[in-house]
Amino acid sequence: MSWTKKILRVNLTEGSVNVEPLNMEWASQYIGQRGLATRYMFEETDPQCDALGPDNKLMFATGPLTGTMASTGGRYSVITKSPLTGAIACSNSGGFFGAELKSAGWDMIIFEGKSPSPVMLNIINDKVELLPADDLWGKSVWETDKLIHEKANDPQTRVAAVGRSAEAGCLYSAIINDLHRAAGRSGVGTVMASKNLKAVSVRGTKGVGNIKDPARFLASTSEQKQVLAENAVTGQGLPAMGTQVLMNVINEVGALPSRNMQDVQFSEANNISAEAMLEPRESDGKANLTTNAACFGCTIACGRISTIDKTHFSVENKPEYWGNSGGLEYEAAWAMGADTGVGDLDALTYTNFICNEDGMDPITFGATVAAAMELFEKGAITTEHTGGMELKFGSAEALTWCVDVVATGEGFGADLGLGSKRLCEKFGDPDLSMTVKGQEFPAYDPRGIQGMGLTYATSNRGACHLRSYTVASEVLGIPEKTDPLVTDGKAGLVKAFQDATAAVDSMGLCVFTTFAWTLDNMAPQIDAACEGDWTVDRLLEAGERIWNLEREYNNRAGLTGADDTLPPRLLKDAAKTGPAEGKVCGLDEMLPEYYGLRGWTTDGQLTDDVRQKFSLPA
Amino acid sequence: MLRSLNIDPEKCTGCLQCEMACSYENEGVFNPAKSRIKVFTFHDEGRFVPYTCTQCDEAWCLHACPVEAIKMNRETGAMEVSDSVCVGCKVCTIACPFGTVNYNQDTGKVVKCDLCGGDPKCATACPTDAITYVDANATGLDKMRAWAAKTDNAASA
Ligand code: SF4
Ligand code: SF4
Repeated sequence: MSWTKKILRVNLTEGSVNVEPLNMEWASQYIGQRGLATRYMFEETDPQCDALGPDNKLMFATGPLTGTMASTGGRYSVITKSPLTGAIACSNSGGFFGAELKSAGWDMIIFEGKSPSPVMLNIINDKVELLPADDLWGKSVWETDKLIHEKANDPQTRVAAVGRSAEAGCLYSAIINDLHRAAGRSGVGTVMASKNLKAVSVRGTKGVGNIKDPARFLASTSEQKQVLAENAVTGQGLPAMGTQVLMNVINEVGALPSRNMQDVQFSEANNISAEAMLEPRESDGKANLTTNAACFGCTIACGRISTIDKTHFSVENKPEYWGNSGGLEYEAAWAMGADTGVGDLDALTYTNFICNEDGMDPITFGATVAAAMELFEKGAITTEHTGGMELKFGSAEALTWCVDVVATGEGFGADLGLGSKRLCEKFGDPDLSMTVKGQEFPAYDPRGIQGMGLTYATSNRGACHLRSYTVASEVLGIPEKTDPLVTDGKAGLVKAFQDATAAVDSMGLCVFTTFAWTLDNMAPQIDAACEGDWTVDRLLEAGERIWNLEREYNNRAGLTGADDTLPPRLLKDAAKTGPAEGKVCGLDEMLPEYYGLRGWTTDGQLTDDVRQKFSLPA
Repeated sequence: MLRSLNIDPEKCTGCLQCEMACSYENEGVFNPAKSRIKVFTFHDEGRFVPYTCTQCDEAWCLHACPVEAIKMNRETGAMEVSDSVCVGCKVCTIACPFGTVNYNQDTGKVVKCDLCGGDPKCATACPTDAITYVDANATGLDKMRAWAAKTDNAASA
C-alpha cells in the first residue's frame, strides 16, 4: 500500500478529467514516481513524437513514500519527452506540492493533448476540474500563485505553475511549485505551456494512510531520521550551509569550471560561496542567508531562504524584491556565477529569484549565458544582436540583463532561450556549447572528477549530476573514497550510482539522503509501508530496470551511442590549473567498460538478454 | 513534575514532521490538515512558526463548555475533550483567544492538543528541537541561557 492506487487522466484537447486505477503490476516493477511514469510514457507515447506537440504527454508523479513521515518523503517528478534534448525528461521537485497531491488521493496526473485555450487544473481531493486561465496567461509564476491563492481563499492550497519564459517558448523552462521549488531541468515547463496548461493547484485533506505495518514504519522512519541527524553532511553541513558548502571544496579540487569551461577554477569562488552567504553585509548588517528551510517531511532542511541587498543595483528601485525568497543552491550559483565569471553574490541571488519567478532552469540559463559570453568574446555575437549590452565574462550587469530578457522572451532573450546548443549552432560555433544531448553540464568539471564525465555522457536526460552523483565517492569519500583523477573503476561506480538513484527517486525520497543513507537504510522503510517484500536487491533490480527502460525510450527516440559523448573542449583541452592540471576527461577509457557492465552492445543498444532479464515491455 | 510544550520558532525549518506525527497519533493518517499543531510560514520574512494550545490553567475553553466536556488531566495538565460528552456546539472554539480548539466536521466534535497523554508526538518528531517538552516551571531556561551567554564577563588576560 501507500500508493493511493488512483491516477487522474486529463485530456486537454477534450477538456475531460477521468479517474483510473493505478497499474499495480507496473508499480511492483517500477515502484512509483520516476520509474512508474516512465513505464506509462513508454506505453502511451511515441518516442519520436514532437515534444511540443499534442502527442507528447506530461506526467506529475508521486512515489509510494511521498506524503509519509519518511524523511524527505515529499517529492514528486514531472516526466515527459524533453524539447531541449529529445530524450525522456524527469525533473524532480521538493517543496509541498507533491505531498499535497498525494494527500488529495492521487498517485499521478497524466496530461494529454493540448487545450484550445489557457487552462489550469484545480484539485480539491476528489473534486477535480479544468478552469479557464486566460487571466493567468502572461503572468509570472509568483503572480499566478498569488492570484490562485486569492481565488481559492485557502492559504494551504499548493500551486505548481509555469511563468512567462515557458509561454515565450524558452526551451529550458521549469515548473515551479511553492514559489521556489522547481521541477527544473530539460524544459518540462515548456511542454506544460505548449499544452496551454498554466497551473495546477491542489488541496488535499485526506492524508496518506494505508501503511502496511504502521508500528514498524514509525520505528524504522525514526531510526533512519536519527542516522541523518548524526551524519556530518546531512546533520550539519547541508542544514548550515546548503549545497553551496561545495563551492570552495570543488574549486580546490580543481573541478569548478569557469568562463564556459575554459578554466577549471574560479578566482572569485569565495565571494559566491556558502561562507559568503553568511557574511553580514555593509548596508544593513544582515547576511544574504536568513534561514534554512525544509521541504515536506524533510529532517535535513538544506533549502536556503535569502534576501538581496536593497542597495544592490539589480533591485535598488524594485522593492518587490526586497523580501525573502528561495536563495542560491550550488549548481545555480556555479552556472550563473563561476561559469559566467560573475563573482557578485547579490547579482546571482537576483537572477535566482527571477529564474523562480518566471520559471527557468538556472543551470541551463547560466551555462547558456556563459556560452553567449564566449561567442561575444570571439565576436560572433555583438552589441548589434543584443541591442547594446556588452556580454562580457564577469559582468554582473550583463547577467542580470540576460535573466530579465529570457524571463519575457523579448529581443535577444529569444536567442538565449534556445539553450547553448542551438545558440552556438546559430552563431556558427557549435563546439562552444557545453552540453550532452543538448543539455548543459552542472558544476563539476569532468577533467577534475573523471567519473562525472561518464555520468554526463550516459545520463538518460542529457548532462546531469543527479543521475549518478559520483562526486560523493570521488571527492567526499561516500560511501568510499575513489581517486577523482583516475578513470579506473569508474564504469562500475557510475552504474551502481545510476541504478540506486533511480530507485531513490522512484520511492519519492530526496537524493540528498544518500550522503548518509544507502538502500540498506531505505529498504526497511518502504518494506514497512508498502505491500510486497522490498529488499535492497529488489530495489536495485527495479533501479536497473528503470535505467534500461529510459535508455530504450531514448534509443527509440533516435538517440544512439554516438550521443554518449562530451564536447571536444573536455576531451582535448587539458585543465590549466589545480590538481587536474594537464588532464582531459578520459571518457573512452570508461565508456566501453560501462556498456559491457550494462550488457549493452558496443554501440550502446539494449540486447534481448537485457530486455528479458528485466521483463521490459516490447 | 508538570511539563509543557516549549516552542522556539527560531529553530523551525517548516518540515511538518510535527504535523504528521500529530495527525498519525490522533487520526491514524499522515495528514497535516488534521494536525492539532500548526506550522505557519511567513514567506516574505523567512520565518516558520509552530503554534498550538498552551493548556491555560484558567482555560477559556473549559469555562465556556456548557456540558463540561473539557476537563483538566491532573497528571499532564492538559485540557482534554471528552468525545462522548462533547455536543459539538463550538462555544469553546469561540472562547479560546488563540484559536487552538477546532471543530472536526467528520466527527461533529471539537479537537485540541491533549499532549498525547504526556508523551507529545510532535516534540519527539521535531528534528530541530523547535518543540520540546520541558519542566513547566522552567520553560524560559533555554532563553535565559542564550542571553546569559551573551554577557561579557570574560576574564581579562
Ligand atoms: S535535503 Fe533539501 S532538497 Fe532534499 S528534501 Fe530536504 S530540504 Fe528538500
Ligand atoms: S517538526 Fe519541528 S522543525 Fe519541523 S515544522 Fe514542526 S516544529 Fe518546525
